[in-house]
Amino acid sequence: MTTDQLPASEAESTEGRAAVTVRDLVIATTSGTEVVQGVSFEIAPGEVLGVVGESGSGKTTVGLALLGHARRGLAITGGTILLGDQDIRAMNDAQLRRLRGSLVSYVPQDPASSLNPALRIGIQLREVLEAHGQTDAKTNAARIAEMMREVALPDDPAYLKRYPHQLSGGQQQRVGLAMAFANRPRLIVLDEPTTGLDVTTQSTVLATVRELAQIHDVAALYVTHDLAVVAAVATRVAVMYAGRIVELGPADKLFESSGHPYTRRLVGAIPRLAGGRSLVGIPGHAPSPGKRPQGCAFAPRCRLRIDECEAEVPPMLEIASDHASRCIRALEVVDFKQDEYGDPVDLPEPDTDKPVLTLDNVVGYYGSTEVLHSINLTLEQGEILAVVGESGSGKTTTARSIAGLHHSWTGSIRLGETELAPAARARSTDVRRQIQYIFQNPYGSLNPRKTIGESVGQPLGIFKIASGKKADAMVGEMLEQVSLSASYARRYPDQCSGGERQRVAIARALISKPSVLICDEITSALDVSVQAAIVELLGELQRELGLSMVFVTHNLPLVRSIAQKVAVLADGSIVEYGDTAEILANPQQEYTRHLISDTPSLETATAEITAAVAPPTDGAHQA
Amino acid sequence: MKFLRGGGIAGFITRRVLLGLLVMFLVSVIVFVSTQLLGDPARAILGRDATPDRLAALQKQLNLDSSKVGQYFHWLGGILHGDLGTSLASSQPVTQVLGARIANSAVLVVLAAIFSVPVSIAIGSYAALRREKLFDTLSSNLMLVLAALPEFVVAVLLVILLSTNVLHLLPAISPVPPGTHAWDYPDELVMPVATLVIAVAPYVSRIMRASMIEVLESDYVEMARLKGLPERTVLIRHALPNAIGPVFQVIAINLAYLAGGVVVIESVFNYPGIGLGLVDAVTNHDIPVVQALAMLIAAVYVVLNLLADVATILVTPRLRTRL
Amino acid sequence: MSQTETAPALAEGVDTPTPAVGSSTLLVRSLRLWRTRIGALLTLILVFVAFVGPLLAPHASDEFIAKPFSSGSASGTVFGTDYLGYDVLSRFLYGGRGILLTALVSTVIGVVLGVVIGLVAAYARNALDDVLMRLMDVIMAFPQIMLALVAVSLVGAKNSVIIFAIALTTAPRVARVARGAAQPVVERDFIGATEAMGMSRARILSGELLPNILGPMMVEATLRLTYSIAVIAALAFLGLAANPDAANWGIMIQKNQVALAYEPWGALLPILAIALLTMGTGLIGDGIARTAAGIDRERGEE
Repeated sequence: MTTDQLPASEAESTEGRAAVTVRDLVIATTSGTEVVQGVSFEIAPGEVLGVVGESGSGKTTVGLALLGHARRGLAITGGTILLGDQDIRAMNDAQLRRLRGSLVSYVPQDPASSLNPALRIGIQLREVLEAHGQTDAKTNAARIAEMMREVALPDDPAYLKRYPHQLSGGQQQRVGLAMAFANRPRLIVLDEPTTGLDVTTQSTVLATVRELAQIHDVAALYVTHDLAVVAAVATRVAVMYAGRIVELGPADKLFESSGHPYTRRLVGAIPRLAGGRSLVGIPGHAPSPGKRPQGCAFAPRCRLRIDECEAEVPPMLEIASDHASRCIRALEVVDFKQDEYGDPVDLPEPDTDKPVLTLDNVVGYYGSTEVLHSINLTLEQGEILAVVGESGSGKTTTARSIAGLHHSWTGSIRLGETELAPAARARSTDVRRQIQYIFQNPYGSLNPRKTIGESVGQPLGIFKIASGKKADAMVGEMLEQVSLSASYARRYPDQCSGGERQRVAIARALISKPSVLICDEITSALDVSVQAAIVELLGELQRELGLSMVFVTHNLPLVRSIAQKVAVLADGSIVEYGDTAEILANPQQEYTRHLISDTPSLETATAEITAAVAPPTDGAHQA
Repeated sequence: MKFLRGGGIAGFITRRVLLGLLVMFLVSVIVFVSTQLLGDPARAILGRDATPDRLAALQKQLNLDSSKVGQYFHWLGGILHGDLGTSLASSQPVTQVLGARIANSAVLVVLAAIFSVPVSIAIGSYAALRREKLFDTLSSNLMLVLAALPEFVVAVLLVILLSTNVLHLLPAISPVPPGTHAWDYPDELVMPVATLVIAVAPYVSRIMRASMIEVLESDYVEMARLKGLPERTVLIRHALPNAIGPVFQVIAINLAYLAGGVVVIESVFNYPGIGLGLVDAVTNHDIPVVQALAMLIAAVYVVLNLLADVATILVTPRLRTRL
Repeated sequence: MSQTETAPALAEGVDTPTPAVGSSTLLVRSLRLWRTRIGALLTLILVFVAFVGPLLAPHASDEFIAKPFSSGSASGTVFGTDYLGYDVLSRFLYGGRGILLTALVSTVIGVVLGVVIGLVAAYARNALDDVLMRLMDVIMAFPQIMLALVAVSLVGAKNSVIIFAIALTTAPRVARVARGAAQPVVERDFIGATEAMGMSRARILSGELLPNILGPMMVEATLRLTYSIAVIAALAFLGLAANPDAANWGIMIQKNQVALAYEPWGALLPILAIALLTMGTGLIGDGIARTAAGIDRERGEE
């Protein structure tokens, strides 16, 4: 494997002494497959470096390496990691132990599983101090109280006596932050700390991170898959693909004049709240470690690929003193206009005279608790209706009630003129055929013991549409319609990537030619580039087949790219309902306004960051 | 059981005790039905050549002349008052027949628990820490083999090894004479206890290893290490309390299993406990004794499970605070 | 023992094709492990001895050879004579078939019953689940050996009684494991998908749920077979067999035990046979469990 030496001048993007310097980092599995290859970067005190990448890019592995830690089965095998002038790779176990939690600290991805369920949070906070030599109970108590206040949590003893499960997700993550900042570290590694949090919580956590890093002059490495989040928190960004940094530069430059095709495509795949552009996915998927091509790892998926791309791994090419890209055509790429990706959304006009689905005063229950309060919705023929809300808003319960998967509701749901029974089993075969449901998690919605062909063909048998050869032919056709080849029919789900599985789920839902398709957060488990491809596909299918769709999501910007109408749900009630463009541009309700302003997006964040941290540069805005 | 929600630990224990009583009630019905209704016990006892007079007398003695439901409640009432009836074989009260035997068996089971539980927890934890290293490989394979062996096979193999063919260290049988106590003969206890330990330890150590490995791979243990905590603290404060929870259930099931396992082991060693008592009673068709022992062994199972549930709740704040 | 949940929001964009695994491939794959091979070899040898042994026996199982506990040289046999003066080797070759057959039949009945109850309970997710599992609790309160003893004493030491007693006590233990394995599967969306399509309950249980718990059920079945062999041998050992002088490994151990010190083969052969047989089934079960866990690990890797 090649690890290319970075010319010293290229990395001199941070001025003065760096808090951390990483050079040619290589991390490999115990069997020798290199997972992370030749990663180099620096972070200055007080600076937040964002590391962006999709699943499997190696971003978390890099983050953990800064603590001298590699997960089971992995080992740091090459390069240097300097914290100031201390070499982390040269440290023994005892030195590493003293380093962790004091000079370098870590904020984990999932606070719910990273806090010990059997220990009170006060103890878990205190032990960070005690482990690093601060044993005085009084000082520690005072320090803990101070930290709790800094992360905006109550500092009273009763609160500290709580167990992690007695805290909300956002509170748990704040405890994680308090822990990380407790010993005033020089470097802090944040590993997707806001994944799984609602946007409102996410935005406050992000603000806290930004603030604390600045106040305490801490260098921070912020690992995330979400470009919009990185835009909100980081000044400089490293984009990782297949174990390497492919582009490194200031956040605004990366988003507006990127020098790497992958970054470009990634930016093009992000739904924009204001833009109203259709999303363009990246076809194919990233190669797994050990199967990476000899040349540029992105070349097989790249539209700008030339033969030279496959000769060898491209070096980091300097575009500006603070901006480098691992693309041999970087200097051409950087001159393209970002806008070329994604045409303005052009959604077909629904047929407003023919409601295919009507919800009339639907009240839903969990046990004896009312969780949906009088929901009224209408879905027209050929319309995509987005149902948006945070976790617990009742959006999924609404969707499941329509499909007959949630039985406990009163009121009326009509398919055309037909009243629907609460439970799917109590409905007629034809009704069940006409309403099809696609689940959030493609890893759970396909039976792992059945081939793709069996799963997709299942509705044909149950609804007695076709059997035998005819059914096989229909399955093949359907698979091609969702851009998979008919040969997928023989595969099993675990031989497919998440995006492929979701396409299979779509094929299974469409094969019975339904009149209403219900999509329950179907892209939330997928990487952005794949999400974009799925949304693209749904849009095409909708135009082609004239589908009517209920699209449940928590992702507000995504709605803009797909739905004509939107219903905003909060606490089981519809707070706002109407034309998508209108509501997003001009929300009438306080709740919707908050939801919109808390949603990180490239536009708002870049502006905010540039204003807050750096002197304004030309062209920072693009809206 | 909805009427008893809440109430904290006390409420939880109350609910579990009531549930245990319900299980015991059903157990008593099954014991009674299976021992009483599957044919006429009096005839079963006296055999084919029973005279009508003796049959009638025995039926009266067994209270078989009233209705079946009446008989059941008479029997159940007796149990609740500590009256387990009269042994048909020895014509003595069952409580008197079984008293010493219960004590003897309890000595075996308690000793086995005292030795096997800490040892197997230690072995399981250490194997998890040294995962896929030599100790783990050796102990896991040994435990696997031991777990597969039926306990009477273990017992006879121990006899062959330690008291007959190979070495002559210990007595081959353990006949505690009536009127003396099991603990007066420590050398006679070694082999029965060792057999029981070998019967229990593999399961407990295997579940402990599995549970510990799961905990060691958890995010919070990784986090504890990344906080720079000393390894000792990571293991004792963070890993162990979380790993031990699931083990309680397995310990309970295995100790309850011991109560049944003694049946065979006591026969091998001719040790006068409830196991041997059960075999004797079964051979003699001594139905009151069989009933009493069945109820006793079932009660041990119910009580141990109850204790395990409470212990699990106590070490698991997530469950405890939900009460 | 711990339930392994498959990691959900894993890797889009990463191609980690791992072959899907059905129950037959699980068995084949598990044979790559040495422990499974040793286990299979031991089991095969013992099964061969038990079923083909009677054809190879030099004497009939009830043919008097020499006075009890004669040595091999004194009686002109390989392993001497037993407590009745019969040929130990012949008795041994005859003595396994009954145990194995009874164990196999009772385990199959118990496992099938247990899997059905466990699946129904897991899928019901309501009061039926509670009621079924409490009933299982009640049966579990009786140790296998005790219930078998009592049944035999009441009805007699017939094979049918032994099979009934063992199947009955096997079922609740299997049911608990089946329910535990099925519970996370029931929560997965592909079950919801079939419900939304209106698939019948029976088909969901047999066609969707069952294939997904076959792995743990195979492990459990071998474990239960191990126990059944042990209990049946123990019953005979305790003297509760239809014919107290039949050629039966358990009876041989019990009756020949007294001569362990000077003429050990009569007890030693059947002890070794039972030990190796239960070890064999135990190793197979562990091999399957490890293979299944290994496959889960592969799937969980990023």
